[in-house]
Amino acid sequence: MIRFSDVRKTYPDGTVAVDGLTLEAPTGQITVLVGPSGCGKTTSLRMINKMIEPTSGSITVDGRDISGMNADELRRGMGYVIQSGGLFPHRTVLDNIATVPLLLGVPKTQARASAMELLERMGLSTSLAKRYPNQLSGGQQQRVGVARALAADPPIMLMDEPFSAVDPQVREQLQDEFLRLQGELGKTIVFVTHDIDEAVKLGDQVAVLRVGGTLAQLASPERLLADPADDFVADFLGRDRGYRGLAFAPGGSVPIGTEPTVVLGTSSDAARSVASGAAWLLIVDEAGAPVGWVEPARLGARVERSDLHRGGTVARASGSLRAALDAALSAPSRRGVLTDDAGRLIGTVSAHDVLAAIEGAGGSADGTPASSNGDGAP
Amino acid sequence: MNLILAYLTDPAHWQGSGGIPARVLEHLIYTLVTLLVAAAIGVPLGLWVGHTGRGRWAVVNLVNGMRSVPTLGLLFVAVLVLGPRIRGDLAFVVPSILVLVVLAVPPILAGAYAGVDAVDPLARDAAKAMGMSSREVLFGVELPCALPLLFGGLRSAALQVVATATIAAAVSVGGLGRLLIDGQAVRDYGQMAAGAVLVAALALAVDLVFALVQRVAISPGLVPARRRPIDRKNPTPANPVA
Repeated sequence: MIRFSDVRKTYPDGTVAVDGLTLEAPTGQITVLVGPSGCGKTTSLRMINKMIEPTSGSITVDGRDISGMNADELRRGMGYVIQSGGLFPHRTVLDNIATVPLLLGVPKTQARASAMELLERMGLSTSLAKRYPNQLSGGQQQRVGVARALAADPPIMLMDEPFSAVDPQVREQLQDEFLRLQGELGKTIVFVTHDIDEAVKLGDQVAVLRVGGTLAQLASPERLLADPADDFVADFLGRDRGYRGLAFAPGGSVPIGTEPTVVLGTSSDAARSVASGAAWLLIVDEAGAPVGWVEPARLGARVERSDLHRGGTVARASGSLRAALDAALSAPSRRGVLTDDAGRLIGTVSAHDVLAAIEGAGGSADGTPASSNGDGAP
Repeated sequence: MNLILAYLTDPAHWQGSGGIPARVLEHLIYTLVTLLVAAAIGVPLGLWVGHTGRGRWAVVNLVNGMRSVPTLGLLFVAVLVLGPRIRGDLAFVVPSILVLVVLAVPPILAGAYAGVDAVDPLARDAAKAMGMSSREVLFGVELPCALPLLFGGLRSAALQVVATATIAAAVSVGGLGRLLIDGQAVRDYGQMAAGAVLVAALALAVDLVFALVQRVAISPGLVPARRRPIDRKNPTPANPVA
C-alpha cells in the first residue's frame, strides 16, 4: 500500500503543484489520478519514486517512509511506464525489457530469456526481439514499455499517461490487455491520466485532482459517476454520467426472453412462418451465434447475408446493464441480443425490462437516477 | 598535373627519412597524438556538461572563441614561449601539437556535448526512474546515444588536424607540410602540389577509417530507419504504421 499523508509540493517560484494530498493506493489495486493539466497528478506520481521530493508531508510504501530510502533501490522495485514508452533507442527490444533485471545483477542470458517470455505475454511477436524501438509502431513501443516495467516483477507499477500517445483504437486494445494482465498479476498500480473515461474504465478507485493540486474526490468509478462531490468533479466527469454509470451495474437481473431464430440460408417461407408476422427476425449462424436481423416481408428466396441489418450491438448476459440497454436501443426490433461468454445466443431483452431492472436497483443505491435528468450541473 | 605526376612517380621521392612514406607517417603520428589529447580533454568535458547541464553557456562561447584563434600566429607564440623550455626535437613538436589540440578540442567538445544534449529526455527520464545511477545513465544511455554526434565532432576535428598539421613544417617540424614549405623555398611547384594532393588523400583516408569504426560502434537503432539495409529474413517495412 502506498500512502500519501498531507503531502505538499511547492516549487521555488512559488507554484503549488500538490497541496495537502492525503490518499491511499491499496495493494493489488489500480488507483487512477485524474485531472486537468496543472492539477499535480504527474508530480504526485513522481514523488512516489522520489523523482520529485515533496516539500512537506510524507509518503510511505508498505508502512516504510520513503524519504529515508535510497532512491535507486526504491526505483528498481517500482515499474515505471511513461507516454510513448521512453524506450532506449540504442538497445534492442529484448535488451530494453531486460534493463532492470540487468541492473539488479541477473545474468544476461537469464534476463534475456525472461524478457522473451514477457514479450510473448504482452502479445508481441518474438520476431520483434532483435528490433530497435524506431522500427516499432506506437502501440508496439507502448507494449514494450509496459513489458520493461514488468521485467523485474516489481510489486508496484507507476504509469504516467501510458496510453495517450496512440490512436483511440489501439488505446482501447492496450487498455483491455492491461486489465487482463492486471487480473493475472494483481500489482499495486498508480496510474495517471487526463482522460476521465480511461480513469473510469481502468480504476478500482479514482482520485480526481483539481488545479492547484488538491484532491477533489476519491471514490470508486461507480460512486464517482453516481455522486460527484462538487461542481468541479461533475463538470470534469462530463455528459451521460447516468448512462455511463450503468457500466458498473451487473446485467444479471434482467429477464431474458426467448427469441425465435432461423439459421442463415433458410428458405424465406420457413423464415416467415417462424417469424409469424413479426416485423424483424433474428438470424444465427450454424454455431448459434447471432449474425443480424432481417425483415421477413422483404426476403428473396432465401435468407442471405445481404439481407442482414447490422445495426444492433450484442451484449453478454454476464455483462453490464449499459451493454444490455445499448443492445436493446440499437436493435431495429428494439430487442437487445444477449449471448453467453462463448458468443452463442441466449435470448433477447427489451429496453423496458432493462429500465425496470435499473429502477429496481436504483431504489437501494446511491441516487444513480438523480443524475439522469441532464448532463450538466445538478 | 604533369609536374605532380612526375614528382609522385619518381622512386627517389619514396625513400629515406625525407621520402613520402616517412612524411606520411610523421603526419599521421601528429594527427593521432593531437586527436588523442584533444579527445581526452573534449570528450569527458562535453559529456559532463551535457550530463549535468552545467556550463552550457561557457561551452558555446569557448567553442566559438577557440575557432577564431589564428592557428599560425598561435604556433609562433607557442614556439617562442615553450621552445626554449624544451630540449631537443620536441622543442618544436610539442608547441605544434599544442596548437593543433587547441584547434581540435572545440569540434570534439561540441560534438560530445551536443550528443548528450540531444538524447531523448524521455529516455533519460525513464533510465533514472528505473533506478539507474547517474553514472549508469551517463554510460548506459547518454554516451551510446551521443555517439553519432560525438563521431561527427571527431571526424570534423580529424579533417581539420590533417589539413592544418602542414603548418607545423613552418617551424621546421616534419610531416607532409615539409613538401609544401621546402617546395616553396626552391620553387618546386610539382613538389608543392604533390604535397597538397597527399594531404587531401590522407584526410580522405582518415575520414574513411572513422566511417568504418563508426559503423561498428554506433547502435543500428540510432541510424535512421530508411538508411538501414532491408532485413531479408523479416521483410517487413522499417516504419510500420499501426
